[in-house]
Amino acid sequence: MRVAGSAAFCARLLRRQLVLGLRRPVEIGNPLLFFAMVIALFPLGLGPAPDTLAAFAPGILWIVALLSNLLTSEGVFRSDFEDGSLEQLLLAPQPLYLSVLAYVLAQWLLTGFLLGLLSPLFALMLGLETGAIPALASSLLLGTAVLSLVGGIGAALTVGLRRGGMLISLLILPFYMPVLIFGSGAVQAALAGAPAGPYLALLGAMLCLAVALAPFAIAAGLRISVDA
Amino acid sequence: MWSLFHKFGSPPWLYRLSGSILRWLLPITVIALVAGAVWGVLFTPPDFRQGNSYRIIYIHVPAAVVALAGYYVMAIAGAVSLIWRMKMADVAMRACAPIGAALTFIALVTGSIWGKPTWGTWWVWDARITSMLILFFLYLGVVALYEAYENKELAAKACAVLSLVGTVNIPIIYKSVDWWYSLHQPASIKFTGGTTIDPSMLYPLLLMIVAFYALFTCALLLNMRAEILQREQRTAWVRRLAAAGESD
Repeated sequence: MRVAGSAAFCARLLRRQLVLGLRRPVEIGNPLLFFAMVIALFPLGLGPAPDTLAAFAPGILWIVALLSNLLTSEGVFRSDFEDGSLEQLLLAPQPLYLSVLAYVLAQWLLTGFLLGLLSPLFALMLGLETGAIPALASSLLLGTAVLSLVGGIGAALTVGLRRGGMLISLLILPFYMPVLIFGSGAVQAALAGAPAGPYLALLGAMLCLAVALAPFAIAAGLRISVDA
Repeated sequence: MWSLFHKFGSPPWLYRLSGSILRWLLPITVIALVAGAVWGVLFTPPDFRQGNSYRIIYIHVPAAVVALAGYYVMAIAGAVSLIWRMKMADVAMRACAPIGAALTFIALVTGSIWGKPTWGTWWVWDARITSMLILFFLYLGVVALYEAYENKELAAKACAVLSLVGTVNIPIIYKSVDWWYSLHQPASIKFTGGTTIDPSMLYPLLLMIVAFYALFTCALLLNMRAEILQREQRTAWVRRLAAAGESD
């Protein structure tokens, strides 16, 4: 039997994950719905005064994006772990680094990417100034990719555990904090009229670091979880 | 070299070695802690601006320094256990986490007590303080992950991966006071260049830092010995030890 090349294998893996996701559109909609509902909680909790909401909008949008990413990260490897296909993937001759990257990319495309595209809508609902919206969308697009990669590490380490849900948040949130700082920093800079570029550049640097290193940690985590 | 390496993998050997180290390290630690504390509190001049309140530095700075260093010890032990499958490195890594968490907690609490008279507030969301809080969460995350696994060998591997990932944060915490200059002052003691602290206050501080390192080592060894005994409770040498009723 001919062994598929690494690139072709990854492309097929990515396609499989995306098809699996698209077959269940409700599951794609859930994180977005979660995002919308949690955002709706803030005007109820903080009071509907437009000034307060607009001032808090960058932080609110970023924190809610972070939480919805946390909730979806947990399930990246779950079903493949349960039906044993993850074990097959570990035995495959193709490098695990690339296959893991395909999983994370698929997860990001179905959550963070969509969230980034829809964020201007929610930003307008919270009364964020239109000038800051490009900074918000681009910081979310860059930042959620980092979040997905880091979340993948937590998902890989906890996939074999029965009660992984609470644990993954404890493990991963400390690593989300730097992303949150620079992500909401970009939006706040844009609000203040300063260039958001430096913050976006730092998020880009974090993304490069995460793409280079996180798949190794995810692969190591998956090997440990499958051993268990 | 390799024979030493193999010896470190042997629980009874490490147990005996740590016992003989502790026999002299423990008294030295107690003496250094008492001497440093007495020297710092009673025999140093008051600060010309902060008066006597600065004396908490003799606990705050050593605890913070060793809390950061402890993370490196944990991550290096984790790397050793992942690369060479050395079981005693697992034990060391697991033993580091609660000690590191405790030291970070001490640094945060003493910092907060120090902040009240000098900054007028218990807590600020300053870069150094926030990053120390993150360090505290990192330590607790390692403990939580270890406890979640039934199989302790896999637990140690998972924790090793997590602590290696966490090392990304440590240089950021270490340099945060220099990069984001806010309420927390930059480091006063430097190996290169001028130290901005008077020798009369510096020497007791250095003594306390050394004492805290020794304290960390003692706590680490004691923790490791307890863990070794628990892991090896069914082996002949532990039974013999228990029968003899020896303490070391």
